[in-house]
Amino acid sequence: MDFDKEYFNLGFLDTLSYKDTVIHRLDPRTKVIATFALIITVVSFPKYEITGLIPFFLFPAMIFSLGDIPVWFILKKVMVVSVFAVFIGIFNPLFDTHVRLDLFGIPVSGGWVSFFSILMKFFLTMCSALLLISTTSFPGICHALQKLRIPEIFISQLLFLYRYIFVLVEETLRMVRARDLRSFGKKGRGISIFVNLIGTLFIRTIERADRIYHAMLSRGFSGTIYYVKRDRLRKADFVCLFLTGMVLILFRTYDLVSFIGKQTERIF
Amino acid sequence: MHMSDALLSPVVGATLWAGTLGTIAYCSKKIKENLDEKMIPLMGVTGAFIFAAQMVNFTIPGTGSSGHLGGGMILAIILGPYAAFIVMASVLTIQALFFADGGLLALGCNIWNLGIYPCFIAYPLIYKPIVQKGMTPKRILIASLISVFVGLQLGAFSVVLQTLLSGRSELPFITFVALMQPIHFAIGVVEGFITAGVINYMRAARPELLESIVDSRPLSPEIKTKKIVLVLLVIVIITGGIVSWFASTNPDGLEWAIERVYGKPELPEQETGITALLKAVQERTAFLPGYTFKKKEVPKEQKIPGGDENAWPNVEAGTTISGILGSIMMIGLILLVGFGIKAIKKKGT
Repeated sequence: MDFDKEYFNLGFLDTLSYKDTVIHRLDPRTKVIATFALIITVVSFPKYEITGLIPFFLFPAMIFSLGDIPVWFILKKVMVVSVFAVFIGIFNPLFDTHVRLDLFGIPVSGGWVSFFSILMKFFLTMCSALLLISTTSFPGICHALQKLRIPEIFISQLLFLYRYIFVLVEETLRMVRARDLRSFGKKGRGISIFVNLIGTLFIRTIERADRIYHAMLSRGFSGTIYYVKRDRLRKADFVCLFLTGMVLILFRTYDLVSFIGKQTERIF
Repeated sequence: MHMSDALLSPVVGATLWAGTLGTIAYCSKKIKENLDEKMIPLMGVTGAFIFAAQMVNFTIPGTGSSGHLGGGMILAIILGPYAAFIVMASVLTIQALFFADGGLLALGCNIWNLGIYPCFIAYPLIYKPIVQKGMTPKRILIASLISVFVGLQLGAFSVVLQTLLSGRSELPFITFVALMQPIHFAIGVVEGFITAGVINYMRAARPELLESIVDSRPLSPEIKTKKIVLVLLVIVIITGGIVSWFASTNPDGLEWAIERVYGKPELPEQETGITALLKAVQERTAFLPGYTFKKKEVPKEQKIPGGDENAWPNVEAGTTISGILGSIMMIGLILLVGFGIKAIKKKGT
């Protein structure tokens, strides 16, 4: 993992989320609910499904274009993301060898079909998570979760964490840079140096927490955190939710791809 | 290792989410009951610490590969189980959103796998009893090693179970276990040493800090072992019940595939009461009309490769061709919509 790049990406996603487009203006609740609905619908397909998944690419395509999100940035992130699904999925062709498809005379085993299906689901679900955060500010998502009855302590924890990530990551960045400058080749990057580095970082963290606490106390903190911003569901939100729901049901229930394919066949 | 959306079925994902949300609610209640307000900034900043520390790489001795910190156990030792679980959940939430680590449906599983085991099993049942007799560096090392090891093994085993119950992967149980557990053994040893190292470093450098935190955290005194075991047992039974019930009523995974290919379910099914109802609902909502059955009425499309057809009885060339054609059309349509919106927007500005 490249430290500077990771940090840059984090900041860039944050910047993206403050754009002002049709998608960004929707209420965070709408986007959270719609994203979850999309993910659940996608993973609910049985394991050999390929054609049924294709229509769902409409969602990322529309959010990319309507939300003005740089496609390559997100795609690159999806590609380098933790590859556990791919790693596990690649075993499918080894264990499931009976033929399921005939691709112009080339037999394709069920394992490859299900592996491809996993890849498509992987792409769709990862994309929707990243698109959610690049079209909705993180505090916005927290407010949405709060409105959806997630316990308050967890919400304030998320907000606190998010605020201090940038502070602490920069502190860590300086420490890592110092370590790298003092180390040569593999030397100096070992585990004992790492433990000392983390230990120091941790002590600094605790001391910082103490300072923050005193600062909060002197500003009248008494145990509860108050929120000022109030989001309201507007007409656009209801329309969006309704349309998303309808389209999801349509895509899940009817095999549009085969339908279109058959119509085209009939024409030619 | 993070569980992934693509390997999950909705039922498993939702069940684990329910368990995770329940635990978050329970922990929040516990923290609120005896809140030291000092904890709120402390939890936030230690979360950020874990996040930042996970981004630092180090070289694993002997292998040359690089590893990074997990951190669940450090949190549990410093903050106590309830606060540690909330912090771990928040860190994983942010990772799921910003790095798409695993995905949003799998987030429930990931919080469960990486949060529950270190906070509610390894810490109270292993770490605490060992260290209680005296906080010497050696004891801390042994306690950390064992508790981290147990926490990670349980987490890895849950990943295996969640994947298998979802039925998206073909890996046989034994192979999967043989693959996951040794990897996490190696990770566990490294993580155990780091955990012990950080705690010992703190004890040596600023012992008063460690103590003051331990004093201020909620519920540092007794958590009853019996109670934990009992709660876990109940959770296991409920989860097992729900999952197995769904697994038997939903023709998911392989059964579903068999049904689709042969046109009727191979295995005899009980069709009474709720089972029949669910099946009716499933058929109404999830059945893909005209996919396999219609093809059988139109035999003239079956004339592609002649002799091989007996060898692979479940291959249907007609469906494949219309599938490919339709897919291409669909992708074209989607791209058209995407670029169309972009073009219109550009014109507008």
